[in-house]
Amino acid sequence: MTDPSFSTGSDPDPNPDVSTDVSIGGNVQDSEAALVAQVHEAQAAGRALRIQGTGSKAFYGNSCPAEAVLDCTGHRGVVAYEPSELAITARAGTSLLEIEHLLAEQSQQFPFEPPHFGDGTGSDDIGGGTLGGLVATGLSGPSRPYTGSVRDAVLGVRLLNGRGEVLHFGGQVMKNVAGYDLSRLMAGALGVLGVLLEVSLKVIPTPPATLTLVHECSLEAALQQLRRWARRPLPITASAWYQGRLMIRLSGSDEALAESHRLLGGTPLDVAESAWRVLRDQRHAFFLGDAPLWRLSVSPATPADALPGAEDQLIEWGGALRWLTGDQDVAQLRALAQAAGGHATLFRPGRGPMPADGVFNPLEPVVKRLHQQLKSAFDPQGILNPRRLYPDL
Amino acid sequence: MPRIPDERPLNPQPDIIAALSAVLPAGTVLSSAAELAPYECDGLTAFRQRPMVVALPECIEQVQQVLRLCHDARVPVVVRGAGTGLSGGALPLADGVLVSLAKFNRILAVDPDSLSARVQPGVRNLAISEAAAPYGLYYAPDPSSQIACTIGGNVAENSGGVHCLKYGLTVHNILKLKLLTIEGELFEVGREALDAPGLDLLALLTGSEGMLAVIVEITVKLLPKPERAQVLLAAFADVETAGAAVAGIIAAGITPAGLEMMDNPAIRAAEDFVQAGYPVEAEAVLICELDGFNAEVSFEVMRVRELLLSAGATEVRTAADEAERLLFWKGRKAAFPAVGRLSPDYYCMDGTIPRRELPRVLRRIAELAADYSLRVANVFHAGDGNLHPLILYDANHPGELERAEELGGAILELCVAVGGTVTGEHGVGVEKLNQMCVQFNTTELEQMHRVKAAFDPHGLLNPGKAVPTLHRCAEFGAMHVHHGELKFPELPRF
Repeated sequence: MTDPSFSTGSDPDPNPDVSTDVSIGGNVQDSEAALVAQVHEAQAAGRALRIQGTGSKAFYGNSCPAEAVLDCTGHRGVVAYEPSELAITARAGTSLLEIEHLLAEQSQQFPFEPPHFGDGTGSDDIGGGTLGGLVATGLSGPSRPYTGSVRDAVLGVRLLNGRGEVLHFGGQVMKNVAGYDLSRLMAGALGVLGVLLEVSLKVIPTPPATLTLVHECSLEAALQQLRRWARRPLPITASAWYQGRLMIRLSGSDEALAESHRLLGGTPLDVAESAWRVLRDQRHAFFLGDAPLWRLSVSPATPADALPGAEDQLIEWGGALRWLTGDQDVAQLRALAQAAGGHATLFRPGRGPMPADGVFNPLEPVVKRLHQQLKSAFDPQGILNPRRLYPDL
Repeated sequence: MPRIPDERPLNPQPDIIAALSAVLPAGTVLSSAAELAPYECDGLTAFRQRPMVVALPECIEQVQQVLRLCHDARVPVVVRGAGTGLSGGALPLADGVLVSLAKFNRILAVDPDSLSARVQPGVRNLAISEAAAPYGLYYAPDPSSQIACTIGGNVAENSGGVHCLKYGLTVHNILKLKLLTIEGELFEVGREALDAPGLDLLALLTGSEGMLAVIVEITVKLLPKPERAQVLLAAFADVETAGAAVAGIIAAGITPAGLEMMDNPAIRAAEDFVQAGYPVEAEAVLICELDGFNAEVSFEVMRVRELLLSAGATEVRTAADEAERLLFWKGRKAAFPAVGRLSPDYYCMDGTIPRRELPRVLRRIAELAADYSLRVANVFHAGDGNLHPLILYDANHPGELERAEELGGAILELCVAVGGTVTGEHGVGVEKLNQMCVQFNTTELEQMHRVKAAFDPHGLLNPGKAVPTLHRCAEFGAMHVHHGELKFPELPRF
């Protein structure tokens, strides 16, 4: 058997200033030093920076007005991957596709099934951006309710804060409660606290087999069915409903899948793998076009009629994620999502206007103040990705 | 190791006792020596300190009033649940108010439709699963103290348990928190949904050891109870082979619900204590639990049995029934008290290491134990690399406690050196402040202090815990030169 490890092995220093491994990514010392130097320069000049990978998720969040770009794509390469440790560490500029290929060779995968957002060519093999972008946006795919989110899988980060300091938090081990959990805080932070340099993420074994079953039913019937199934220990790893069709994916051994099929009924879907990928990457017809796309993250117990446009929605995550297109009364939609235990995000503005207070649900006053104080604690001059998360942050 | 970790100058303000009595119901402000005695330590009994006063508020409004009084008078506050923590995170301060949330013991709602339960922080961990049981649901994290420890303490420490490998830590199993700032303002993080807008404060606050805010309500995630759980017990002639078997199970794509290892001293102690039928000649045993969907468990039990035998196990037993499953677990669950019978005192460590380093670390621990003339038994959450060396000592022998603590410190530094961490699930508290200086450098610790100040600018919430001062690290560094270099060359030494 070949050794799949990219580990630096016996390096005894837990906080190395510079990684000794250059197996994939060129001169790492230079690429990290270059990023640090750019942050120092920006700090000295009081100039804001827009942190960027390949730009595959540039559409997401509020727009950052900074003209100067901090390009992270040169800081790439896998630092450590030992399959039996169920963890991988790579530099932020490493391509998601490259990492997923490496994991697949060992029959492993990310638990959160990351979406690969578009290069716009409609090709079936979209690169999906960089590891840094994946963690900074914190966007998870269809398996999220069943095997966890990006945040859940973060084990450690190497971070460049707005003071130009390189910091290491967390590690490569599953259980680690030393100090504040500043590594998971970076998931979904959209770079406002620091530039990700390296990330360690948990990985899981790829299940031996999967089976996708389709049931024809109304949205309310689908939601009720999903809730009933969620209360049983079934091997469900994805679920979606659109236009009268409920689709669930089961993962496990052939025996477990056969038994589940017997219990749950439904028609097996042949082209399942590509169907879930199309959904994950938002290449499904529902997501195309230039209408505003709203993401409603709510309690899975929310009835269909509690949110507008029920039968026109696309549902994922066992009912906890509901997508809606078209022009909406923003204040009303946010209020309804909030009443449903969640929040509304204008995921893609499309041809519609940008809300003045940003695409994300505004924060309560105390939480907003804590955001501002945390931002100052990491980036006192506010030079990293200003306004990207909230227009006043 | 200094007995009093708090480096602040004392600033006793006894007027706060009268002020608290004026806003809290009769009998909920304790200040006599006899009343304070039960609060002088948590599960880490080597550290003791009586608080100036104990407050037992009964509702959120009362906690708000206590915090406002303390904030205005600049009196430090330590919040406590059941006091079962093992790192001294709830150690009181001589000039501080200890707020016990023992009266916040109600389960507010169990909702099977959203698979969640809303509970007060003083609810016991196991009580949540008991309340969810009629719906076929349970709360997954199960720290060994789950019959006594409270969910508020679990969130503050990001507690684990034997099932973390498959089901995660506390942070993976909570949806929403209601908290108070030190100023007494109520705020919420997380949602009933699977995510929330803005920064992930839920992740930051989980495991923050009472340093950032006071938790007053928790919404936990519930899971369907597994249809079936099955356990295998395997014996090995050496620890290396057992470690390789663990890697083999993981590499085969199986995620056990629990995967525990015990070394020979722990096996013998457990067997003497509870007669679980453990093979006492074995150098290591592995206990592997598989749970979930019935058909999946059957498949995995066969696979794991084959894997253990091909990895070189001298014996593999599969529990024939539920009684035998519980017997296999009995020895593991009795390991700590069993080791307690071997020695008047023991000191439980909590490092985590990459699994591949297991043989090397266990060998080095044995060498270190010999250097310090102390015995060590090892119990290990092998699946996730979380090591619990139990250092045996006798506090009545002068110098033995100090030797045990030094050995413990050396073991934790070893964990850091191989790429692990000083604490996997017990927290830093006051116990591992020195080792934090080994795991983190000055700029990292300063960043943590700035995060603390973002929530608590006057440093009134549980001061002196979890994150060491740079001054402390400089003094510690003066004693421990790390990798041939001083860690804090810029700080004065005296």
